[in-house]
Amino acid sequence: MEIKLSGMEKQYIDLYQSHHDLIKKHAAAVTNTYRDAAFAKFQSLGFPTSKLENYKYTDLSEILSLDYGLDFPLDPYQVFKCDVPGILSYLYFVVNDGFYPEPAVQNEGLPKEVIICSLKEASEKYPEIVNNYYGKLSVQKEDGLVAFNGAFAQDGFFMYVPKNVQLDRPVQLVNIMRSDVDFMANAHNLVILEEGAKAQLLVCDHTVDDVRFVSNRVTEVFVGKNAFYEHYKLENTHVRTTNLSTLLIEQKATSNVLTNVMTLHNGVTRNTIEIDLNGENCETELCGMVIGDKKQNVDNFTSILHNQPNCHSQELFKYVLDDLAKGAFTGKLYVAKDAQKTAAFQTNRNILLNRTAKMRTKPQLEIYADDVKCSHGATIGQLDDKALFYMRSRGIPFEEARLLLMFAFTADVIENIRIDALKDRMKMLVEKRLRGELSKCEGCVICQ
Amino acid sequence: MSNCENQMIFNRTGLLTGESNNEYGKYYIYRKMLTIKDLHASINGKEILKGLSLTVKPGEIHAIMGPNGSGKSTLSSVITGNPVFEVTHGSVNFEGKNLLELAPEQRANEGIFLSFQYPVEIPGVSMVNFMRTAINEQRKYRELAPISATDFLRLMREKKELVEMDSKLANRSVNEGFSGGEKKKNEIFQMAMLEPKLAILDETDSGLDIDALRIVAHGVNKLKTPENATIVITHYQRLLDYIIPDFVHVLYDGRIVKSGTKELAYELEEKGYDWIKQEVNA
Repeated sequence: MEIKLSGMEKQYIDLYQSHHDLIKKHAAAVTNTYRDAAFAKFQSLGFPTSKLENYKYTDLSEILSLDYGLDFPLDPYQVFKCDVPGILSYLYFVVNDGFYPEPAVQNEGLPKEVIICSLKEASEKYPEIVNNYYGKLSVQKEDGLVAFNGAFAQDGFFMYVPKNVQLDRPVQLVNIMRSDVDFMANAHNLVILEEGAKAQLLVCDHTVDDVRFVSNRVTEVFVGKNAFYEHYKLENTHVRTTNLSTLLIEQKATSNVLTNVMTLHNGVTRNTIEIDLNGENCETELCGMVIGDKKQNVDNFTSILHNQPNCHSQELFKYVLDDLAKGAFTGKLYVAKDAQKTAAFQTNRNILLNRTAKMRTKPQLEIYADDVKCSHGATIGQLDDKALFYMRSRGIPFEEARLLLMFAFTADVIENIRIDALKDRMKMLVEKRLRGELSKCEGCVICQ
Repeated sequence: MSNCENQMIFNRTGLLTGESNNEYGKYYIYRKMLTIKDLHASINGKEILKGLSLTVKPGEIHAIMGPNGSGKSTLSSVITGNPVFEVTHGSVNFEGKNLLELAPEQRANEGIFLSFQYPVEIPGVSMVNFMRTAINEQRKYRELAPISATDFLRLMREKKELVEMDSKLANRSVNEGFSGGEKKKNEIFQMAMLEPKLAILDETDSGLDIDALRIVAHGVNKLKTPENATIVITHYQRLLDYIIPDFVHVLYDGRIVKSGTKELAYELEEKGYDWIKQEVNA
């Protein structure tokens, strides 16, 4: 299908054509494998518009028509003090697109078989691993943002946990956006857990400078047989940030994955999460939470693909929206013809605190097997007046009662966190956020 | 007829029958706690209370009985400030303050407590957190420092014993998954924690088996002092065997149409409400 591209694609197409040697020169070797193909795909797809079914709730045209700088040579920034206190983690930083090369002191003790480095370094040192996985989930995606990333991404985060190696602490990856001009970052991350491996990854997104940021990240995660993986994405960025994130996870037989996507503060966010259950007896839990006010916009587009029998998936997303905030949720669930004994449960519950906030929710179940247990539920409502009055009748002021109810509403998403220190921290952050104390992201306010 | 009965209460309890000369100067010995005068209230434009008057003094227990739909629960809602109801006329005075001007939480912190007929489930809010917030809000209102964790836990333990409440319930979300009896016990537990001046028990006996009823009534009696007052709203005389009222009022069609002592409750139990309806309608 021929799509007529407008000016907003053209500036990047021109940029690519005039700079592609430079892009390739500074990029991780593996990212060049599919670069031209991805570019060709981007030329034919263009950026997604709200006319596409999968993007109908998020209009990116205005954002992407602006001129953003793309910083090709890497420029490591000074170490940014960012840590979720109380979490003993292996800590790494990515500034803009670039992996910060000096690992933090506390990373001693990381099992020596585990590789955590930039994609660039990995593709030089361990090409046999990288080439085996890179692009395997992303290349065939018919998605303009993924294609764009394929054309422009030069580097990213790389983590490899070999067979039967289990990490004792979570790995924390802090994405920091900093720039003096409007800026766009495209990173391609790769996470590989071999058979029987175990790892937890906590990704924190922050913005530092008061300029417009667009980040268009693609993360591919391969979870081997019997492996355990937890992926936490915590966003606390400022209102001028556009966070486009595509998370692609493939699970092999009897693997167990928890994905938790929490948006505390942001500008425009689109999370595309796709989980492929490509082995029997997989377990996957996908949950998320959004607290939005002002003009924030959050679109979580999720798909869980039950390609094999006897897998179990559980999905839970909750939104609390105020002011002019807009939320969207798509819960796509695909059960293949032979994926018998699938159990898949999906819940999306939303609270609108006023009449101007908007929520759009779309469960989308495609079931081709005949012996499955699937359910979905989506609700949009207000805080419970009866509960509010009950609390007030005990002397709890209206504002405090509202806060307790909102906090309670998000509690089950927080309870799903399996890292205790992060769970406690999230409770505190959510409470602060609901009290309006995190009403804007000031640098790395989350970590102070 | 109704005027006559009201008059009786008026005289018996006395209005301004004495003065003291303590440091506050003139001080009425028989001070009033709650005074409701000619109260009219409606919901969605439908008038439920149609000129209700009632006076409650410290140390008293008042029972309010009446047929279904007479306005008993509306009265408790209006006293506690449920925004669903609109007060169209009349006044409610609590210890010298115009209650109708106060928000529900202010009324609570002034010392008014309602034991709900249907306690609300609040998933995700733990009983402990709920109670600690309530206690500390009350203390803040009275310009006291927040309660210490140790004191709070001790208080919880003491009061739980009073209503023989299962310890595990305190760790659960407010009323979530509680049985009918547990919910009512939980109301009295909260009452014990907050130590109100005026407690309104709205059909606390409904849904209780005889053992739970005894426990709940025992809790209420234990909390009784000469300084606080209780309004018991009930359909049945049974509860009044355990919580013995000083006065019994019959609410019918939005007004108190008959008042008396506890013997009136026995009479109602025996004869039903029809004779009162006939008296009123005549």
